[in-house]
Amino acid sequence: MTMASSRQIELAREAGKRIHHFHGGLRLRHNKKISCLDAVERPPLPAVLVVPLLQHAGDVAEALVHVGDTVLKGQPIGQCEPCATIHSPVSGVIESIEDRPMSHPSGQKGPCVVIRPDGKEQWIELKPLDNWLDADPDCLITQIQSCGLAGLGGAVFPTHAKMRDGRDRKTHTLILNGVECEPYISCDEMLMREQPDKIILGARVLRRVLGAEHVIIAIEDQMGSVQRSLTACAEFAESENISVIKVPKIYPEGGERQLVQVLTGLEVPAGGRPSDLGLICQNVATAAAVAEAVTEGKPLIERYITVTGNGVTHPRNYLALFGTPVSHLVDCCGGYTADVARLVVGGPMMGYPLESDSAPVVKASNCILALSHQDIAEPQPEMPCIRCGECARVCPAMLLPQQLHLQIKNDLWKPLEEYGVGMH
Amino acid sequence: MTRSFQTSGAPHMPPQTTVAKVMLQVLLALIPGVLAYVWFFGPGILVQITLATIFALLFESLMLRWRGRPLKPFINDYSAVVTAVLFALCIPPLAPWWISCVAMLFAIVFAKHLYGGLGQNVFNPAMVAYVVVLISFPQAMTSWLPPVALAEHSLGLADTFVTIFTGKVPVPGGWDAVTQATPLDTLKTGVDAGRMVPEIRNSPLFGDFGGRGWEWIANWFALGGIFLLFKRVINWQVPVAVIGSVLLLSLPFWLLDPDSNPFPLQHVFSGAIVLAAFFIATDPVSGCVSSRGRLIFGAGVGIITLVIRRWGGYPDGIAFAVLLMNMAAPLIDRYTRPRIYGE
Repeated sequence: MTMASSRQIELAREAGKRIHHFHGGLRLRHNKKISCLDAVERPPLPAVLVVPLLQHAGDVAEALVHVGDTVLKGQPIGQCEPCATIHSPVSGVIESIEDRPMSHPSGQKGPCVVIRPDGKEQWIELKPLDNWLDADPDCLITQIQSCGLAGLGGAVFPTHAKMRDGRDRKTHTLILNGVECEPYISCDEMLMREQPDKIILGARVLRRVLGAEHVIIAIEDQMGSVQRSLTACAEFAESENISVIKVPKIYPEGGERQLVQVLTGLEVPAGGRPSDLGLICQNVATAAAVAEAVTEGKPLIERYITVTGNGVTHPRNYLALFGTPVSHLVDCCGGYTADVARLVVGGPMMGYPLESDSAPVVKASNCILALSHQDIAEPQPEMPCIRCGECARVCPAMLLPQQLHLQIKNDLWKPLEEYGVGMH
Repeated sequence: MTRSFQTSGAPHMPPQTTVAKVMLQVLLALIPGVLAYVWFFGPGILVQITLATIFALLFESLMLRWRGRPLKPFINDYSAVVTAVLFALCIPPLAPWWISCVAMLFAIVFAKHLYGGLGQNVFNPAMVAYVVVLISFPQAMTSWLPPVALAEHSLGLADTFVTIFTGKVPVPGGWDAVTQATPLDTLKTGVDAGRMVPEIRNSPLFGDFGGRGWEWIANWFALGGIFLLFKRVINWQVPVAVIGSVLLLSLPFWLLDPDSNPFPLQHVFSGAIVLAAFFIATDPVSGCVSSRGRLIFGAGVGIITLVIRRWGGYPDGIAFAVLLMNMAAPLIDRYTRPRIYGE
């Protein structure tokens, strides 16, 4: 493991002053506009909600409720240390706790709490922190944890754990990631347009927790309206040391390591994290959720999600409750088109395919992408690698994928380490 | 009502390129050079390309069938065609038909499939084929033609066919009437006999830089190579290193002793340096993977070629140079692995 030098940490303080480059990358067609035409709404309540007890790396949360229990909206239903708490997205009755498809890249089934909503939408008593500006950072972290916050960019790392690490390691700059570099996905863009105040407020809360000086909100260079809405909001006018920075749209610029490199010109040390450089990255949606958790006491039970692609009739963004079946969202968008071929959670680059649309929306779901036959390649026989080197040219981690492929094909697992596998 | 879908790994988009597309672009890029070849040396090269392609596809099909691989995707990847065309461009246009047969046997069966097929060959198949027939059949492989403009008799398509398939030249005087030493040959034997380079260059075989005709073919190959660079089918490092090392290394020799050493541009525009720099040494399968590795690989090809031309027994040595560097490629790769992000 390489350590960041104090010189590098000093340089990292200059984050955002200049825009740098990262190795490789791809320029992809955005395909975002089709889902940005309508204002974001909540869809009607589905008949049942299926809330998985495993929503991020780590252990399965322990169910806090039993079959037949009546739950209120926002009531904790799953918990485990150090997971982010899981809350009931509706008021209703626990119909069952059983293994179901849980929207996970593995495609496996896992324990889920199935809730039948009663339609009353009765909240538990919310406990906002009235004077968060004076609150102790530990108190804020506890609030964040009890509200079940996790990174909404896709990795779902529990927010309280990341913030605790950042506070202990003298973070000077908080980076809010609004760079949605995957094609099609527009949920963060819509959130930044519609709820800029919440994002800025959340940024201030997080900055207080970290004891950081600066906040950088990174957005893509073609998001002009987003920049206007962020800098025009009332909360922004009241804040200091918050800058909105546009970065060129090259995939995977929204990756944490690439974003750090673009903003600072520095690389996150191998085996390390951005906090080694005094930086903490959070997704803009996480910041908005932090604002709700602190000022309203509202637990994380819903998120902005894009339902898009040539495979749905009317692409758009929804504010969807966790546990909402994907099929319900697609129905609300007018259903599938005739030539739908594949259903993906996430973007076309890194998303994972769903076998069935009964899978639910979870904290990690930023996009439901229905692709038509024209969008994807028909399955073809695999051809041998001729080491053309295109993979190495675009690799942002500067790996040699063609060499890795060769070693794996020849069952040579030991040399992989030499080529960087297992280092990070 | 839930619905099921077929699943497949990311990314969920069609591939940007395929092996067949890469190979087709290489073939396309060779067209200007081949046309120039026909212009200067007659239609023999077209017959050789056709013969080599037929034999290559024949051996490719036999080996695929024998190895139990599907025929269609591998025949349609055009890799055997590229090997055949590159080989045909290296041999005398009137070489007998069985040269292609023997050569493609070694290229496709030995150099390619016995090493594991497409993507697995350690050596450039076209160069293996060329070296095998060059060493085995020196007589047939050194009967070169002068440019059409200089020839006593130039052969039409029908006569070319007769020559290639019967081994007899249907004009008065036979072989002696139609063949002539190449510029590189003339240079080597001349220098060995103690004549001076400027004097040797007075022969009508020489043009402005390299051999007459040859230098223009090289230009058209370079044009095709630039197309491949532009299309990102090849990287700049190998051609720049091959040509750069030839220029740099031959310069001091020429400056010190211009009477027995050709000037640097003559080296570049003679023989197969330009063709090799853009089309042969750039083969990704048998070459190096990193930028630094490719520079070393290309420089090695240039240096070894010059060493063979200057001190070796052959007038041109690029095929040997490519094969020797193919051998060194895995080692070069090992020591030139690029730094990984964060290291």
